[in-house]
Amino acid sequence: MNIYDLLKERILILDGAMGTMIQRYKLEEKDFRNEALKDYPHSLKGNNDLLSITRPDVIKAIHRQYLDAGADILETNTFSGTVIAQADYYLGEDWVYQINYQSAKIAREVADEVTALTPSKPRFVAGSMGPTTKLASMSPDVNDPGFRAVSFDELCEAFKTQIGALLDGGADLLLMETVTDTLNVKAALFAAQEVFEERGKNYPIMVSGTITDASGRTLSGQTTEAFLVSVEHAPLMSIGLNCALGASALRPYLQVLASKSNLFVSAYPNAGLPNEMGQYDESPAYMAQQVEEFCKEGLVNILGGCCGTTPDHIKAIAEVAAKYPPRKVAVPLAIGH
Amino acid sequence: MTYILKLSGLEPLIITRETNFVNVGERTNVTGSKKFLRLIKEGLYEAALDVAREQVEGGAQVIDINMDEGMIDGVEAMVKFLNLVAAEPDIARVPVMIDSSKWEIIEAGLKCVQGKCIVNSISLKGGEAEFIHQAKTVKRFGAAVIVMLFDEVGQADNYERRIEIASRAYRILTEKVHFPASDIIFDPNIFPVATGMEEHRRNALDFFNATKWIKENLPGAKISGGVSNVSFSFRGNDKVREAMHSAFLYHGIQHGMDMGIVNPSQLEVYDEIDKELLEYVEDVLLDRRDDATERLLEYAEKVKGKGKEKVFDLEWRNASVEQRLSHALIKGIVDFIDEDTEEARKLFERPLQVIEGPLMAGMNQVGDLFGSGKMFLPQVVKSARVMKKAVAYLLPYLEEEKRLNGTTGSGQGKVLMATVKGDVHDIGKNIVGVVLACNNFDIIDMGVMVPTEKILAKAVEEKVDAIGLSGLITPSLDEMVGVAKEMERMGLKIPLLIGGATTSRVHTAVKIDPHYSGSVVHVIDASKSVPVVQSLISKEHGPVYHKRIKEEYEKFREEYKNRKREKNFVPIEQARQKDVKVSLSNAVKPSFTGTRVFEDYPLDELRNYIDWTPFFATWELTGRYPQILTDEIIGTEATKLFEDANKMLDLVISNKLLQARAVLGFWPAKRAGDDVKLDVNGTEESFHFLRQQSEKAEGQHYYCLADFVAESDATNDYMGGFAVTAGIGIEKLVEAYEKDHDDYHSIMIKAIADRLAEALAERMHERVRKEFWGYASEEALSNEELIKEAYQGIRPAPGYPACPDHTEKATLFRLLDAEKATGISLTESYAMYPAASVSGFYFAHPESKYFGVGKIQKDQVEDYARRKGESVEYIEKWLAPALGYE
Repeated sequence: MNIYDLLKERILILDGAMGTMIQRYKLEEKDFRNEALKDYPHSLKGNNDLLSITRPDVIKAIHRQYLDAGADILETNTFSGTVIAQADYYLGEDWVYQINYQSAKIAREVADEVTALTPSKPRFVAGSMGPTTKLASMSPDVNDPGFRAVSFDELCEAFKTQIGALLDGGADLLLMETVTDTLNVKAALFAAQEVFEERGKNYPIMVSGTITDASGRTLSGQTTEAFLVSVEHAPLMSIGLNCALGASALRPYLQVLASKSNLFVSAYPNAGLPNEMGQYDESPAYMAQQVEEFCKEGLVNILGGCCGTTPDHIKAIAEVAAKYPPRKVAVPLAIGH
Repeated sequence: MTYILKLSGLEPLIITRETNFVNVGERTNVTGSKKFLRLIKEGLYEAALDVAREQVEGGAQVIDINMDEGMIDGVEAMVKFLNLVAAEPDIARVPVMIDSSKWEIIEAGLKCVQGKCIVNSISLKGGEAEFIHQAKTVKRFGAAVIVMLFDEVGQADNYERRIEIASRAYRILTEKVHFPASDIIFDPNIFPVATGMEEHRRNALDFFNATKWIKENLPGAKISGGVSNVSFSFRGNDKVREAMHSAFLYHGIQHGMDMGIVNPSQLEVYDEIDKELLEYVEDVLLDRRDDATERLLEYAEKVKGKGKEKVFDLEWRNASVEQRLSHALIKGIVDFIDEDTEEARKLFERPLQVIEGPLMAGMNQVGDLFGSGKMFLPQVVKSARVMKKAVAYLLPYLEEEKRLNGTTGSGQGKVLMATVKGDVHDIGKNIVGVVLACNNFDIIDMGVMVPTEKILAKAVEEKVDAIGLSGLITPSLDEMVGVAKEMERMGLKIPLLIGGATTSRVHTAVKIDPHYSGSVVHVIDASKSVPVVQSLISKEHGPVYHKRIKEEYEKFREEYKNRKREKNFVPIEQARQKDVKVSLSNAVKPSFTGTRVFEDYPLDELRNYIDWTPFFATWELTGRYPQILTDEIIGTEATKLFEDANKMLDLVISNKLLQARAVLGFWPAKRAGDDVKLDVNGTEESFHFLRQQSEKAEGQHYYCLADFVAESDATNDYMGGFAVTAGIGIEKLVEAYEKDHDDYHSIMIKAIADRLAEALAERMHERVRKEFWGYASEEALSNEELIKEAYQGIRPAPGYPACPDHTEKATLFRLLDAEKATGISLTESYAMYPAASVSGFYFAHPESKYFGVGKIQKDQVEDYARRKGESVEYIEKWLAPALGYE
């Protein structure tokens, strides 16, 4: 059964936070290294994406926990899998390819294992694509507003490498998430279309933006609706919001997407806002209660969790979501317009 | 199926069938706006952003951005401007239209915008393959697209061709490219009508019908167009143009037009178009009569002439004396002021009551009207003249009263005005004085070239409430710093106002304000002076304002400090590697070497060489001549002012009130590094020049004026110099007007003398090119082209951007013996007196061009000091505004 048909039947569940789960393992510098990286001159600790290569056992275990909690879609461990983001660790294109390829490969393995147990419930792998560490339409220097730290072409090139490796590794779809600057995601969409054309095949794309604060705008200043208008030219499966805000604060902006868009709508909020210790402390039950409001209103087709969420949160969300029908999409969708 | 065109900036713009019409702002287009072109060319992006902002504030829902101009790097300009726009939320909230005929500019632009923009435009002109490629790319970037109705054969210029190309393009876009139909916008070509050509008769009608056909037959497609084209044959006749634009839009929208590139200030409300005119216009647009064009032309001639008729309406003479006084003040009529003032004097107990009563009431109205933009500077100056006359009439009575009981009233406060030492320019200062006086301030005007000690002694003696300093040449900036320092040393607290053409808020904040603990405020023009002075001396708000201004300037200083870091400089030696080396192949020997004097240059010959645009700017009326005369808002006032100026010119010319003199010289010259060595009757003399040092893109030159003279041992290249004035005899006139309390004419004669001096410089340069040096004897240029400097060779002036060192004037004047020849003298700051004077150098080489040296570095200053035989400190003092280091 393909994902479009499933989405019409029920609310699909996306997994929860990867970083929060990795923290539980209290990993050391050595965990981020393998034979090839043994003498690497720079610190690699904290480069979570690398764990897909150096500690695939950890990543696979986390994937498995989420699937057992009820997730339909796994996100690959590749949020920072671009040459632009990996430049922080001085890792070049070869490593970037490996990170994405291996991450997709192990997620695929776990998903297939679990699907084999319950063939009526197929599990999907979404290639996670973060926004990179640089913004394409804003200057990092307040005194030089015309300056740009990264160009559209550089982003496009970096995303092409990431997308190619994710698909080679077995990803079913792409998830461009935590979009802070729409121009960055436009570069990712441009890259995706080029890769699809080269491969002669289209893959579903999910785009998920981030509303930074109560102004209701993205970091680069767009309103939710302007953000939607700016990306819906691409062949998207879904549009949605994630991160930054807790579930209740996300609601008014989800309403905008639900009412203005003919795409499936996704939401995966944080477990509340970080407290003074930097921890997310909304309990699974509390978060599920909030998310239930989305379901009651018929706002969403895909639900999950972002920062601070755990398999327990996903389990609670999945149980709530199962009680409600998915949001109805006005016009039937197909890939490509 | 509904087809909705969705666009976005920071906010969405959703265009549905119910959306009446989308205004696309057209001012940020270098091909359509001279001002915008100039700003981009000169790299004044801040001001260019203001143009964009004004459009958005003025109601543009999309802004069209076009950088297609041969002299600018279109890709670079488009990218830079779009990136800067992205940082301005009040502009970036609307979608942009990336407008270019060059695909690489469009592509570069698409890479800069996060929102959904419009590409303007692509077409079938280059064939189907190229069209498909471009459409596919636009789609991939997520933009809407304007398709020009143009194909391999040419532009669609009739109904059949329009629908033929539109349907073909639509089919390709929807079937082959799978371009969303709602994102397709056709531009079916708006061509001029009423051109007199038979084949243009159906231009508008064909557009309308094609629009209708497209909307009915090509589902989802939208229609756009550049409206001002339609009235092309009526340039200069705004009344007719505005009516044509409105009527065209009205019918366009009726036929389904969705958006258009329009200048909202050039639109008349359809319902308010004169019915007769509307009929003629619509006859033309809809091709309703064979004689439609003739009838509209005839009407157009009529309305063109109409503005000149004058009716003297004396009805107001029947009103009460108070009303008559206020009418005379607002309208600036002096004819009856003495008798009305006398009548009022008899009515009131004391003469002062006439001033404080009806006269001040009238002036308050003038102040309010000016403050709210309903009156313009020339009118206010005329009002002031009426007021001064009335006060002068009352003066003997006031003195008599004062003698009897020793009191007079006092106004809002006392302001001392002066042009600083070494500077002779005072038009701006006088205007500010007049405007302040109109608002009941007492003005003590100390005139020009006033030394610091005198200004401050007078300020203390008169217990003034504020001091206003003015200056036009760059050394005056330093003088002002000196005044501020001295005020601090004396422990004064009197607020200091800074004004004049070379002054700026940045300079005031960075160089003047830190030296004085009292308030220092830069006043950008006369209209701003009143609220500033009122705030400064207000007992209630003064302290708050003082604090606010201090903080504001502190912030500017911070910003300035930060901004400066951006600029990179190259060492002077490296800049010299990238000079321009001219060859001698074009060198022409002048008809004479040495100097030639013109003792009494005929003024009537200069009249046609006047560049009027700066004249209007002097009066704070902004706009280009001649369009300014028909400007919607200031046209009437500009026309009046222009008529008065011409009347005065008639008088000046027929009575020889002013005398124009000139001297010019040519000398064998050769370049030696950044200097030019001259052979003056066997003696070697040098002009010293400065070279650009701000880092430039690869392959660009670092200019220096010396580059335009050939480097050779044989003395077969030349350089020239000149000094001209049109201000001989002006003192007497100014004195007479001032005695008559007539600021209007006193300012007018100065402004006219300035224009004549510039005209003489222009005329002389023309004669130099054609006759005296003769390197362009074939040249035939109109005055407009002259103003645009469309000729070979340049005449840069010392103290201005290409050679910012004023002290070179000393050498120039010595070689020309200019003081003796023309009567122009140099002040200690190297200002020329009379102020209506121009001097400069002549360079003939075809590659010579105007440029700005910009900021320079210490290495060049040290080298320059060595070349001039002066100390580094001396050079730094004179070049202070050009130093790119602390």
